[in-house]
Amino acid sequence: MPTLFGTPVRRREDARLIRGEGLYTDDVRLPDMVYAAFVRSTHPSARIRVDASAARALPGVLAVFTADDVAGRVGDVPTAWLVPDSGLRTPPRPVLARDVVRYVGEPIAMVVARTRALAADAASAVNVAYEPLPHVTDARAALAPGAPQVHAGVPGNVLFTWHAGDREATDRAFAEAEVEVSLSIRNQRLVPAAMEPRTAVAAPTPEGGLTLWTTSQNPHIARFVLSGMLSLSEQRLRVVAPDVGGGFGSKIPVYPDEAMVAHAARVLGVPVKWTETRSEAFVATIHGRDQVQDVAMCGRRDGTITGIRVRATANMGAYLSLAAPGVPTILFGLIVPGAYRIGAVDVEVVGVATHTTPTDAYRGAGRPEATFLVERLVDTFARRIGMDAAEVRRRNFVPASAFPYATPTGLVYDSGDYAAAMDRALEAVGYEAMRRRQEDLRREGRYLGIGLSTYVEVCGLGPSKVAGAVGFQGGLWESATVRVHPSGKVAVIIGASPHGQGEETTFAQIVADALGAPFEDVEVVHGDTAATPMGWGTYGSRTTPVGGGAVSLAARRVADKARRLAAHLLEAAEEDVVVTDGRYHVAGAPARSLSFADVALQAHLAWRLPDGMEPGLEASAFYDPENFVFPFGCHACVVEVDRNTGEVRILRYVAVDDCGRIINPMIVDGQVHGGVAQGLGQALWEGAVYDESGQLVTASFLDYALPRARLMPHIETLHTETPSPHNPLGVKGVGETGTIAATPAVVNAVVDALAPLGVEHVDMPMTPERLWRILSRAQGRAPEEVRA
Amino acid sequence: MQYRVLMRVNGRPVERETEPRTLLVHLLRDELGLTGTHVGCDTSQCGACTVLMDGRAVKSCTVLAVQADGHEIVTVEGLADSVDAALRYGGLHPLQEAFARAHGLQCGFCTPGVLMAGADLLSRNPDPSEADVREALEGNLCRCTGYENIVAAVRLAAELLRERQQAGAGRPAAHAAGGGD
Ligand code: FES
Ligand code: FES
Repeated sequence: MPTLFGTPVRRREDARLIRGEGLYTDDVRLPDMVYAAFVRSTHPSARIRVDASAARALPGVLAVFTADDVAGRVGDVPTAWLVPDSGLRTPPRPVLARDVVRYVGEPIAMVVARTRALAADAASAVNVAYEPLPHVTDARAALAPGAPQVHAGVPGNVLFTWHAGDREATDRAFAEAEVEVSLSIRNQRLVPAAMEPRTAVAAPTPEGGLTLWTTSQNPHIARFVLSGMLSLSEQRLRVVAPDVGGGFGSKIPVYPDEAMVAHAARVLGVPVKWTETRSEAFVATIHGRDQVQDVAMCGRRDGTITGIRVRATANMGAYLSLAAPGVPTILFGLIVPGAYRIGAVDVEVVGVATHTTPTDAYRGAGRPEATFLVERLVDTFARRIGMDAAEVRRRNFVPASAFPYATPTGLVYDSGDYAAAMDRALEAVGYEAMRRRQEDLRREGRYLGIGLSTYVEVCGLGPSKVAGAVGFQGGLWESATVRVHPSGKVAVIIGASPHGQGEETTFAQIVADALGAPFEDVEVVHGDTAATPMGWGTYGSRTTPVGGGAVSLAARRVADKARRLAAHLLEAAEEDVVVTDGRYHVAGAPARSLSFADVALQAHLAWRLPDGMEPGLEASAFYDPENFVFPFGCHACVVEVDRNTGEVRILRYVAVDDCGRIINPMIVDGQVHGGVAQGLGQALWEGAVYDESGQLVTASFLDYALPRARLMPHIETLHTETPSPHNPLGVKGVGETGTIAATPAVVNAVVDALAPLGVEHVDMPMTPERLWRILSRAQGRAPEEVRA
Repeated sequence: MQYRVLMRVNGRPVERETEPRTLLVHLLRDELGLTGTHVGCDTSQCGACTVLMDGRAVKSCTVLAVQADGHEIVTVEGLADSVDAALRYGGLHPLQEAFARAHGLQCGFCTPGVLMAGADLLSRNPDPSEADVREALEGNLCRCTGYENIVAAVRLAAELLRERQQAGAGRPAAHAAGGGD
């Protein structure tokens, strides 16, 4: 009988964080600690010669490492998602550039000095002679004949070509269709911009090993990969991810930098710290998205969608980051049909090397790019046949009766009621009335728009056999140990590594419920490979559905044993023992009872155990889910576009999300808010831009527009609850839904607003300037003002 | 060249020799071990480093340590003690209490700076509207919360503060009350 499940319990994490008592990696200070700084390429493509002699001679400088110093000692940075049947090429990525540099920001040398300031000074004293080579930053341009080649081993800059669906069936569907619509979409490059920059502190241990504190979403993966790169056995390498200040995917990969910090500590025999500056972060930490797509949808005039075709070019940057190949393929292509029963699907993606910062998973990772194109196509299709966009969606939804539903791309959707979620959103936003208002305002020459996004996404990454089948070089299970101390206090020790998502709280809710232990007595331990069982980490909205599965199984094992012991102590049959208000007693006879703490103590004293029962009270579980989970929902956005300034005002934002059963509604809503903000950021403000010379021009918070409080609308959150049959808790992930759903909702709203002007699509970010140009052109202003 | 700076930090007198180029945030973090104040950028944009100087929110990455000479600094570690004990909720400043109640933080990295900006606002405006709060947080970036619950938390804090004050609990939301020592 769950009592805490479903309630907005206050977060466990907050007590330390609101007092400034969190421990982020940069807060780690050790005796004799010295500081590292990197020399990074200022050219997108060049042959280099490095002279570090002046830097080495500076006072306070302990070492300068260049490619020559680490050759044979620190391995290349690996790519760990080897997508099959794609002709994948994984060009070598040295930790420090050897002879050539391939993007602005690529590490060339690392300096270690007594203070941070001395390290920075010494880094600028390293002399790098650049002999510029031709460069290319745009993916389509990189595919053109004669384009500069990023890697000798990657002809034509093609890293992979991946396909999903059935090309012939789709060609047939298009040939037979009554209606066909198409769009050219640019899903622009984004900067994840977690507020905490990446940081690493490495300290040698007396046994010849290392402890590495690092800003990681997955310390066990970091250890696994780094132990290989450093040729250091895993038991000698302890990786700790203490409080981590956001990741959004950017703290999944193992980067050259952290490996070099670890190497330097090993060589110098003292603790070494490196803290990325924000300016560094913009070029040295992965970027996300960056696809150009030609997409088309076909169907009948009655609103039935019969086919979808996608030709996408994905800009992978200069090297393939850890999980990068899986993002624009598996995580993108398989979900292209979205919430709709579309018979014919044909997706082709070409992954391209360019002279830019590598791209990898950024919140949503592939699924936003897929959802954006299908939701834009559905709206375009609706407009072409003159049918309301909500009605077209309704006619094509996978019906609630069709689950489990197999998509033409090979996924099996677990559960859902897509129409119910949309109805909820339409009702909340007052859809019919809003449409009438739109009519009225149009007559006044005002541009009100209503945008819908009815998404379904794939997350809760697991199971492992699927990971293997799609080339992911790891498992996707999770683990948990529920350890009861003699006093009845409980440690829940998990392999995943939450960093803001609140599982210190939600997992304690699950365990307290399962054991009948007081919530205050349950503590969640994570983030330290020396203290926690192996786990694959926190990303892909998997910690609650997969990690929670492990927690729930381990807790049930402990609860079963506690009940057996309680029955024995109460001299009752096990089936007769129930737990009420935290006390174990015989059903109907609450007078004789034991608290959970009583049972825990007896388990440890072991004086009166039933025959064959082991002492102690602890259980572990390794949980590999049966399938992914598929959250869904409908976001509705109402905007007005100012006809004079091009500014978008968001009048209403309603998010209806179904993430299965909800453990803590307060935390779920928080996840939706943050996700929506990032989705809105992409739609309206954010975009990473390289100039002609290959420099990232949006390389600070001055030039790269993150959502700010003043810009953000109020977000209304609603839910439907359709349990997932795929895990013991019935939960689905919610970390990425907002980001996936929001972007198309806003763009659909703006395009809808501008429909009277004949506007069919607007590129992102939809800045006032971009919209002003569109408006000006449409309203026939002076042409010299409107060169768009 | 070293300069002597003398200031009060969270109510305690602090005296340090410092280089002229040392930023206040580094003095706080590295010398005084007050690591609750964070560094999120190097262009004065993110506000993670916000502290109170003489009761006003300042970005401690834009203040040189020597400029803080003779001033009164409050960091997140001293926030609770900066108000009268009778105004606190379980030892917390009403803002801290409100942020926990209203889920105003996720990863918590921006939070200390946001709290300090909020403290400045509440000292000037005991009943801020939603728009007032959004305006006051112009200099604070948060990548986790979409600001929704931050705004709610600051307004809730204002309410909590007013409640305690109306209960006759003490002085107004004093910013630099001097702490407990
Ligand atoms: S650290 Fe970003 S504003 Fe001070
Ligand atoms: S809570 Fe993570 S940046 Fe604000």
